Amino acid sequence: MKRGNGFLAAGLALTGLLAALVLLGFFWTPCDPSAMAAGPKFAPPSLAHWMGTDNFGRDIFSRVLQGAGATASIALATLAIGAVGGCLAGALTGYFGGPVDEVLMRLNDALTAFPSILLALVVISLLGPGKKSNVILALGLVFIPSFARVSRTAFTSLRDVNYIQSARLMGAPGGRILALHMLPNTLAVLLPALTIGFNNAVLAEASMSFLGIGVTPPDASLGYMLSEAQGMLFAAPWYAAGTGLAIVLMVFSVGLLGEGLRRRDKGVL
Amino acid sequence: MKDLLKRVLALLATMLAVSFLTFAAFSLISGDTATAMLGTSATPERLAALRAELGLDRPLAVRYGKWLLGFFTGDLGVSTSYQQPVRELLAPKVGLTLWLSLMSFVLITAVSIPLGVWSAGRRRFEGARTALNQLGMAVPPFFTGILLSWVFGVGLKWFMPGQFPDAGQDFAGAAVYLFFAAAALSIPRIAMTVRMLRSTVQEELGKDYVRTAISRGNGRRAVLRRHVLKNALPPVVTFLAQTMAEIVAGSIVVEQVFVIPGLGRMLVASIANRDYPVVQAIVVILALWVVLAGTAADLINQRIDPRLRLGGAA
Repeated sequence: MKRGNGFLAAGLALTGLLAALVLLGFFWTPCDPSAMAAGPKFAPPSLAHWMGTDNFGRDIFSRVLQGAGATASIALATLAIGAVGGCLAGALTGYFGGPVDEVLMRLNDALTAFPSILLALVVISLLGPGKKSNVILALGLVFIPSFARVSRTAFTSLRDVNYIQSARLMGAPGGRILALHMLPNTLAVLLPALTIGFNNAVLAEASMSFLGIGVTPPDASLGYMLSEAQGMLFAAPWYAAGTGLAIVLMVFSVGLLGEGLRRRDKGVL
Repeated sequence: MKDLLKRVLALLATMLAVSFLTFAAFSLISGDTATAMLGTSATPERLAALRAELGLDRPLAVRYGKWLLGFFTGDLGVSTSYQQPVRELLAPKVGLTLWLSLMSFVLITAVSIPLGVWSAGRRRFEGARTALNQLGMAVPPFFTGILLSWVFGVGLKWFMPGQFPDAGQDFAGAAVYLFFAAAALSIPRIAMTVRMLRSTVQEELGKDYVRTAISRGNGRRAVLRRHVLKNALPPVVTFLAQTMAEIVAGSIVVEQVFVIPGLGRMLVASIANRDYPVVQAIVVILALWVVLAGTAADLINQRIDPRLRLGGAA
């Protein structure tokens, strides 16, 4: 029954490759992404311009590399806010319990019932649209409840386990127990949750920027580029294809990674 | 009956909380509304006069009470950017978004339930199917939307991307148009529902009662249909309600891609214009939709699963 975990291997390989490409994009791109007339206008994909060029003759592959960098870094920042905030809330309420836990979890249930993009739109309209920091803050806040729920379940299930009780009886302080004894054992649940969170963040950011209320130029993210590409669908379909495929590939490879992590944890396949 | 009453009360309480929170949040920044309408060069007197006219100078609770009363009598306030009653502005759009969402919901249910059940009973190519599933979840609706408009709109000319036909004059054209939008919206959700259904059914298949039923000579297929599905259904119903909520949110993006003049497009435009009365009304309408779907799922589950009726647990 036991077989190599293909998902984990494929996910790691693909994600690693993409991460390397995105990192490379921060330092070097084949052409200057914002240079006009790096090639002829509306040139179809070729060896010189792998994804063709747009209406200004800008090299789309270079732009996609740069846009992927923007998208990935926003998603990571969002994830950092959501995961740290959510795990802290989940760990504390899950470990200590009590009425605060009750109230917070009720609130949490109510919040998670609402689609994250809708909540993010409300928050962004309150903060003011069009700014990168606001997008990160809005999405980060919106992702806190789901992480709180996942980590709370994980921490609650460990609360009465023997080794935790022993640690408590030996007089270990709560913070130490949470960080040293419990956190490593919740990783099996938290790591897949992180991959899902990253993907949701990528998709949410791309949607908001596509709508024109997320990130706007000069930090063009993939979502914004796709809305630009839709306008020239007749003249340069490769622009939309290249940009869209970059998003799909990013989410797909991290999705595979998450699937692999889940399987490793469950011991299936 | 008592259950139903309790549900309705809970629904009302949730809606009150949601609408109050939205109202309070938008009130916090609505000092901007007067400035936004008159520009920053307006004199303080004119700003004060406009605030008094809009009722912005009164306490929050009073304004909320007035707004709530207005909401129930169909008065949603006046849009600050269109100078038109919000109700008139939104009335023709609610229907479109509703149709788009329902179409997508039917599509998701009709495709994913058979696919999920079929997939649960099979072991072959499990890895490839899971990978395909991951791919389905990775395709954002706005990208699918662009692809569909390119292939079926620009290429095959089945519809004109960007020109939504008036449903009154060209019903079939509007339906085709909405169908493609709904399809774009549905693909990732279909993948998610299949995945969910598959794991639920497989979990049930591993239980003792299934082995008992099969060892007593029942066919696998009959056991699946008669026993397993019945037990696997409640979580799926709950998941579908969540899906309904996600569809509504997703329609915001898809309406933008297909240029459908529904609530979502209005919401995005109003956020950009800082037209808070409109944003507020749309958010509350969408929230009502989400909460209604959740309540419906709970009620359906209580009907099909007697275990939920006895326990009295929510």
